[in-house]
Amino acid sequence: MFEIAAIVIVLGAILVLYRALKGPRVYDRALAVNIIGTKTVILLALIGFIYERPHFLDIALVYALINFIATIAFLKYMETGGLD
Amino acid sequence: MDIQAIITGILLALGCFFIVVSSIGIVRFPDFYSRMHPAGKSDTLGQLLVLSGLMIYEGFSLVSVKLLIIIVFIFIANPTVTHALAKAAYVSGLKPWKKEEGKND
Repeated sequence: MFEIAAIVIVLGAILVLYRALKGPRVYDRALAVNIIGTKTVILLALIGFIYERPHFLDIALVYALINFIATIAFLKYMETGGLD
Repeated sequence: MDIQAIITGILLALGCFFIVVSSIGIVRFPDFYSRMHPAGKSDTLGQLLVLSGLMIYEGFSLVSVKLLIIIVFIFIANPTVTHALAKAAYVSGLKPWKKEEGKND
């Protein structure tokens, strides 16, 4: 059950990777990278349940935080030209 | 097979459906602002459904509390990122896509 869900989510991430590679503008690529990151959070939680090791949930939580901060920092850099 | 596993399977299937549909939307939509729509809404809903399925499978323990924290954070963070992306693209001068004049298809 968890394995099938993980495979489906990886297929969705591959679809979004097409947009990250092809996207006409930099904002499309930023959006695609953010979506792949949130899919990775779900994938980490599913891996923790597949191998019955709940420590993966901590990694998923930290990955969600890092993903959010990275996207916001990148957008601020694109918008204002600096991070001061 | 008990009732918890059945509910978990249904929720995982619904969540995977929403995640795949949002991925197809991100690939297929014609414009950046319309690509925000599957990224902001249906992807968040799919993640909510998958993580709630895992919570129901686990029962009441520390693991489900951690899953609840992840759900709450994703529900705050994902629309915030979408809003910031739309604002950054609009400030940089990206015009929304419109149907061409004189064409009705």
